[in-house]
Amino acid sequence: MRREHNPSPKTTGFFHQILRSIFPDPLIPKSDQERRRYLFKNLILHFRPSTVPEKTLKFSLTWGLGGMAALLIILQFGTGLLLKFVYIPIPVSAYTSIQVLQNEVMFGQLIRNVHHWCANFLVLIVFLHMLRVFFTGAFHPPRQFSWIIGLGLFGLVLTANFTGYLLPYDQLAYWAVTISTGMLEYIPAIGNRLQEIIQGGNEIGPATLSIFFAIHTAVVPMGLIILMAFHFWRIRKSGGLVIPRSSEEEIEKKPVRVTTLPHLLLREVVVALVLIAVVMMVSVFFDVSLGDSANPGLSPNPTKAPWYFAGLQEILLHLHPLFSVFIIPLVLVVTLMGIPYLKYDTNTEGIWFASIKGRRMAMIAGLIAIVAAPMGILADEYLIGFAVGLSWIPNFFGNGLIPFAFIFCGCVGFYILIKHRYSATNNEAIQALFVFILVIFLILTVTGTWFRGPGMKLAWPWKL
Amino acid sequence: MTAFLLPRKKKTTAGDFGTIIEAGKADQFSLNSVTAFIRGKFYLCRLEDGGFLAVSRKCTHLGCTVPWSDKEKKFVCPCHSSAFDIKGEVISPPAPRALDVYHLYIENNILKVDTGKRTKRSSFNIDQVVYVKKAS
Ligand code: HEM
Ligand code: FES
Repeated sequence: MRREHNPSPKTTGFFHQILRSIFPDPLIPKSDQERRRYLFKNLILHFRPSTVPEKTLKFSLTWGLGGMAALLIILQFGTGLLLKFVYIPIPVSAYTSIQVLQNEVMFGQLIRNVHHWCANFLVLIVFLHMLRVFFTGAFHPPRQFSWIIGLGLFGLVLTANFTGYLLPYDQLAYWAVTISTGMLEYIPAIGNRLQEIIQGGNEIGPATLSIFFAIHTAVVPMGLIILMAFHFWRIRKSGGLVIPRSSEEEIEKKPVRVTTLPHLLLREVVVALVLIAVVMMVSVFFDVSLGDSANPGLSPNPTKAPWYFAGLQEILLHLHPLFSVFIIPLVLVVTLMGIPYLKYDTNTEGIWFASIKGRRMAMIAGLIAIVAAPMGILADEYLIGFAVGLSWIPNFFGNGLIPFAFIFCGCVGFYILIKHRYSATNNEAIQALFVFILVIFLILTVTGTWFRGPGMKLAWPWKL
Repeated sequence: MTAFLLPRKKKTTAGDFGTIIEAGKADQFSLNSVTAFIRGKFYLCRLEDGGFLAVSRKCTHLGCTVPWSDKEKKFVCPCHSSAFDIKGEVISPPAPRALDVYHLYIENNILKVDTGKRTKRSSFNIDQVVYVKKAS
């Protein structure tokens, strides 16, 4: 743009000229103005804002979670690219190619470990990021659509994990994907067709593997790049992140801003380095296993869904499939998408848990759920036995509509009660309900992952 | 564009050579027994009364492969412990319907199963059973 940064006369050697043609500006900016301009001119940094509101730098606003998610995705792209050179997306060869990767390729096992652990961390981190956005009220206008894009990103991350799960083509992969895609069959009207399309036929086989491979290595990465760009752009259009405040403080209209370089960038680099260190440690010490080669004739006992679907699987054990794989997930997704568009009493952006009262209500809601959820699971397992004991009622009602109506009324009742009891704003009450459902879902996930043994019977984790 | 997304058409359709498996002569199978045909992905079940059924090995709940337990005389799914009797009928849920059956017929005294023709059924029905004509 400006000429004044061009090389000073004494540095016009041949290599220096080439270097300058690549990086026209000084590599180390000195003044704030230079720093701001530097950002514009650097390919990698130019999509960053040149300044950010000072208060949003506070670690306890973001916990660095969004940045961590972005970094993990970059690591996935890198390691995935390497894996792609060795992996063969055809049944049986797929399995042996992973064996080759682990036993013959230098650092093959390590790269596989990094890819595996990053994938799992990613689900966790994105989930936590979503929670922090929710609990800091960062979904109120003008950030409503950022929340929706975020949900899209979450969906992509789950899709990536799920499609990647099949690729090693061992027993674990084969059967986890069999039962997960088996769930599709229960979606009314289109379920059978949908299942056939996703599996590329009637059962998991070569067609499934090539479809999953295409989704995993092309569709998802492309979607992630597009939605991430969109996500970051929306954040800038909203004037940066929400500014943390206490419930007494008003929303600041003209916050103090500082330059991104070095203030934000330095913090990001620190978080990135710590995260990379953790990922490497875990990957060095915990090898990802490869089970027996997939055998369509032998289902292992137990066959479990991956942990991020364990909550869903747990619901599946208790309720009629139409409710567990269709109605409940649908209600959850629609509710999540609706969160930014509800009509709220106040705008709580930047206030953790909406208010002090909101925090207390959230805690109470969590506690109630911690007591209620395990009791519900145990009661269904040992006492009620809807499906068996009440077999004179059609399964659809006894195991579906009646418990579903019960849960639904429970949630509505909970909302009304807690709102009344604390004479709260609807922000606080909705948050309490959110926590209530969230904690139930977490308990279901924990139960499905650690407390289900052979035949999916309840068991202690140390006896599995 | 949808052509890329939809499953390829099967080259072998029902009735074609290649989907038909010869199971053997009727008297090879004892009463109240179940024989697995790995290649055909089905079990040949001979009922108490001498009738035959070709039952799919795929659990109707979520698609795990159900093994036959000869001791307990039932199919028990390892995934979520659905159980089916020798006729494929549900004994305990979560499975919502009986195991699928394949088209079974007798030709020249040989039992043949068409693995290209699978039928869903909600429960067992005597019409699904194939009997050998008592000729001799
Ligand atoms: C691949 C997944 C995702 C990536 C890489 C990502 C990345 C980021 C980054 C880097 C930020 C900046 C602030 C921060 O670190 O918290 C951010 C903010 C934000 N994210 Fe995400 N995010 C992802 C998923 C989600 C999800 C699942 C949601 C919610 C459903 C979401 C909603 C938001 C919102 C509303 C903001 C603005 C927050 C504010 O203004 O304070 N994002 N995201
Ligand atoms: S797949 Fe057989 S019981 Fe679930």
